[in-house]
Parts: sequence; structure tokens; C-alpha cells
Amino acid sequence: MADTSEATIERYPFSDPDRLNLDPRYALLRRDEPLIRVRLPYGEPAWLATRHADVRTVLGDARFSRAAAVGRDEPRNSPRQIQGGILTMDPPDHTRLRRLVARAFTARRVEELRPRTRQVADELVDGLLAAGPPADLVAHLATPLPIRVICDLLGVPVADQDKFHTWSEAIVSTTALSVEQAQRYIDNLFAYMGGLIAQRRQEPTDDLIGAMVRARDADDRLSEEEVVQLAAGLLAAGHETTVTQIPNFVYVLLNHPDEWARLRADRSLVPHAVEELMRFVPLGVTAAFARYAKEDVEIGGVLVHAGEPVLVSIPSANRDETVFPDADRLDLGREINPHLGFGHGVHHCVGAQLARMELQVVLDVLLDRAPGLRLAVPEAELPWKSGLLVRGLTAMPVAW
Amino acid sequence: MNAEEKTTGSGWRLHVDPTRCIGSGICAGTAPGHFTLVEGLSRPLAERVTPAQEVIDAADSCPMEAIVVSDVESRRQIAPGA
Ligand code: HEM
Ligand code: HEM
Ligand code: SF4
Repeated sequence: MADTSEATIERYPFSDPDRLNLDPRYALLRRDEPLIRVRLPYGEPAWLATRHADVRTVLGDARFSRAAAVGRDEPRNSPRQIQGGILTMDPPDHTRLRRLVARAFTARRVEELRPRTRQVADELVDGLLAAGPPADLVAHLATPLPIRVICDLLGVPVADQDKFHTWSEAIVSTTALSVEQAQRYIDNLFAYMGGLIAQRRQEPTDDLIGAMVRARDADDRLSEEEVVQLAAGLLAAGHETTVTQIPNFVYVLLNHPDEWARLRADRSLVPHAVEELMRFVPLGVTAAFARYAKEDVEIGGVLVHAGEPVLVSIPSANRDETVFPDADRLDLGREINPHLGFGHGVHHCVGAQLARMELQVVLDVLLDRAPGLRLAVPEAELPWKSGLLVRGLTAMPVAW
Repeated sequence: MNAEEKTTGSGWRLHVDPTRCIGSGICAGTAPGHFTLVEGLSRPLAERVTPAQEVIDAADSCPMEAIVVSDVESRRQIAPGA
């Protein structure tokens, strides 16, 4: 077993993102050195796990804690330290919050939202088709759809959805904002949420914010601050990721014409395709939300000492050839696909079923309405996000 | 709902529907004393258990509603709630 003190510390992420390519380093690490020491731009050094089994253990095993990150100089990608919220809690505190929203996001409840989501997607595709060709898939479809869906679910009026987007974007997707500016947006978002909550206390509603307010007032289960944080967290997590994945999925499909043709020929593959694309697309450039060991734990042949933080690479786990045969190949018919694109364990994405449904609807609507979809510019001209958070396109000019 | 209110005689029965489970690991993390993942799918450690809030929490947190907690005697479903 290696000793902590001997390990050298590498800068992480290893390299700047190159479109949707994963740094070949991960394959070597999975084979030779499954746990290494890394340092993110801010915060203390941490271990990084790259194998599927180890990533699952770190995320799923109760010997690892998120709550223990509070008060530590957490490994992170921006100067700001994340304050509170569902991702800084462990059971049973975490469970108390999570249970409340989990019921709104079951596969069954999400299925009820599919027809409405399809309707919104159809309207947005009308707009896309009317604007071109060429027209920007990011602006016309990928950005507005998840925002509409999550805002509808929470109960945010359509009229407020634009400013909402600006504020919530500040939370996850940009390094261009100053710390003060980002904080101001986050404060705006929280203040706005506080307003919606106050309204619902006057006039109860059936939306998710209404339900959270009722839960608080009836059982005194949630504090005011918790409702605000939960709603803001759902919003931030609930669309930045999906907004980015939609064009990523389309980009990958257009780059794999055989698989795209296969999907066109057999629409029953759509749900499988979404799982395979979740596996295949390395969304996160970096890692965040380190887990702290509560006791000494052996991971990948290394003894992680109590109190040490461990980061995981989900994109690396999703290419682990011991779990996914021919892991670097896109195979929309892949039968066994335990990818970790939505995480694992108690923090497993609460919006996973919703995101899946939205992504399925997007593929369906594009196959129905724009089966001849193609890039309207040479691939080299596509504008990719800068910054080290998520891999994705800022615009995607398409024709049909 | 509070666990004690619902208790009758011989305890609760846990069932995980393997055709619904997607192996998210939420239940095993929420109630590590009651659920574990075996080859990627959740399985109760024991089928009959003493009533505990933890198992209600796990059933209510399952996105697939794959976990059913019922009363052994009355067979009444205890969780997930509606
Ligand atoms: C693939 C998924 C996600 C990625 C790649 C991601 C990435 C990031 C990154 C890199 C930051 C900057 C903070 C840092 O230095 O670490 C951040 C901040 C944040 N993320 Fe995420 N995130 C993801 C999902 C979520 C989810 C699921 C939530 C929901 C609770 C969330 C809520 C937040 C909040 C609230 C902040 C900033 C809080 C603050 O500074 O006040 N993110 N995220
Ligand atoms: C394709 C889209 C999405 C991806 C790739 C994604 C990915 C993830 C991942 C990897 C985590 C686990 C983070 C960790 O454990 O460190 C997570 C958690 C979370 N996600 Fe998502 N997510 C997506 C969509 C959504 C949506 C649509 C919502 C909301 C409706 C949402 C809400 C959340 C929340 C609240 C958490 C934190 C859960 C907790 O701490 O218990 N996500 N997501
Ligand atoms: S929470 Fe549900 S889906 Fe997830 S592992 Fe447990 S039973 Fe399976």
C-alpha cells in the first residue's frame, strides 16, 4: 500500500478540454495508478479515483462524507466556497430534505410531464425551423427547454424565466464573472426564491415550491433558508447540466453517422441511446464535491486516511473497460450500462429521471421533425465553452 | 409519517423489485443497515425487519419506486407514500 506522504501532487484537471475528448491519461491511471494525489485550482489537495468500482465506493459508501467538507478548505475550481445546500449534507439530515423533493421526481411523476415537455419541444423546434437554415440549436432548443421544464415544475412564471437563467448560470457555468458579480447573481436568485415562497404562503399552489412550503408549514420540516436553498439548487443543477448535454448529444450523434442512422431506423433505441450518450459524453472537465473519509478506508490499493478528501472522475469511470466492453466506442444498443453519469449513492442526481425524459424527448422531436439534421458550419468552427467546468458548445449552427 | 404510529405485531417486510431497480445506490446509502447492492442491484439485507424510519426514508427516496415496505400482518403498504 502506498503511503500518503510519498505521493506527488499533480495539478488537476490534467489538461484544457478538447471538445468531447477525454484525456488519454485516464486510461493509464485506471490501469496503473487508480488513486493519485491532485490539486484543484483552489483548496487543499485530494485523492482522485478513476476506476468505476472505486468511484462507486467513494460516492456510495457511508464511510465517506460530504458534511465533513464543511469548515474545510475544500478542493474547488473557483475561489468561492460552497455554502450549505443538499450537496453538503449526509444522512439523516440529507434524507430529510431529499425525501421531500424525491417524490416529485420519481419515474412515474416525470412520465406525467412528458406530453407537456414534448409540446414545448415542438414549439421550440417550430422556432428553430422558422429561423433557418442555418439556425442555432443551443439558443432555440437546448437552452430554453430545460429552463421551461424546471421552471414549470417549480412554479416560476414564464415572464421571469430569462432573468432567472442569467442568475442561475452564475452558479455553475462561468469563470468569466468576478467573485462579487457571481455572488450578486446568487443573492438575486435567493431573494427571488424568497419572494416566490412568501407568495405561496399567502396563496398555496400545487407546484413544487408550493409543496415545499406546505411541508415546512405543516410539519415544520424545512426551515425557510432550506426551502430557498433547495429551490435554488434544483434550479441551478436542473438546467445547466441538461442545457449542455442536449447539444453534446446531438454533436456526438452527428459525428457517428452510422449510429445516427441506426437510431433513425429503430426508434425503440431512444432510451438506450440516452443512457449510452450519458456514458459516452465526458460532461465534467474537472471534479467537485469531494468526499471526506470518516475513517481509514482502502481504495484502489491505497489507504485513505480519516479526514482526507477524495474526488472522483465520472467520465473516467464511464470508460472503464472492465465494466464496459469496447468502452471508447459509442454503441446505442449497449445492453448493460451501469454508467455513473448521474452519480451514485445518496446524492445520485435527484433530477435523473427528469433529465432522461427531456433528453429522450429531444432526440424524438429531432428525429421526427429534422431527420436530415447536420452541422451548418465545419466542425472546426464550432465554439466550445472555455473554462474548466463542463464540456459543451456555446452555439451549434445546424441545417436540415 | 412517524414509524411508531404504523407498527403492528410482527414487523415489516421489505421487497425490492429487481425489474425496476436501476442501481442508483440511494437506498443503500440512506439505510445501509437494510439495503445493499448485489451485482449492481439493490437487495434487502433481511426481508423482515423491525419498524424503522430509515426503511421508509429509503422507499420514499427511490426514484423508481422499486422498494415496497409493508406490514407483515396486515399486508398494508407502508411506503412509498402516494
Ligand atoms: C455534473 C454536475 C455538476 C457539475 C460539473 C458542477 C460543477 C460545479 C462547479 C465546478 C462549481 C464551482 C464550485 C467549485 O469550485 O467547486 C459548482 C458550484 C455550485 N454547484 Fe455545481 N455542479 C454540478 C451539479 C450540481 C448540482 C447537482 C447541484 C445541486 C445541488 C449544484 C449546485 C451548485 C451550487 C449551489 C454551486 C455554488 C454554490 C456557491 O458557491 O454558493 N451543482 N458546480
Ligand atoms: C443531464 C443532466 C444532468 C446531469 C448530467 C446531472 C448530474 C448530476 C450528478 C453527477 C450529481 C451528483 C453530484 C455528486 O454526487 O457530487 C447530481 C446531483 C443532483 N442533481 Fe443532477 N444532473 C442532471 C440534471 C438534473 C436535473 C434536471 C435536476 C433537477 C431537477 C438535477 C438536480 C440535482 C440535484 C438537486 C442534485 C443533488 C442531489 C443530492 O445532493 O442529494 N440534476 N446531478
Ligand atoms: S434507490 Fe431504488 S433504484 Fe436506487 S438502488 Fe435502491 S432500489 Fe434500486
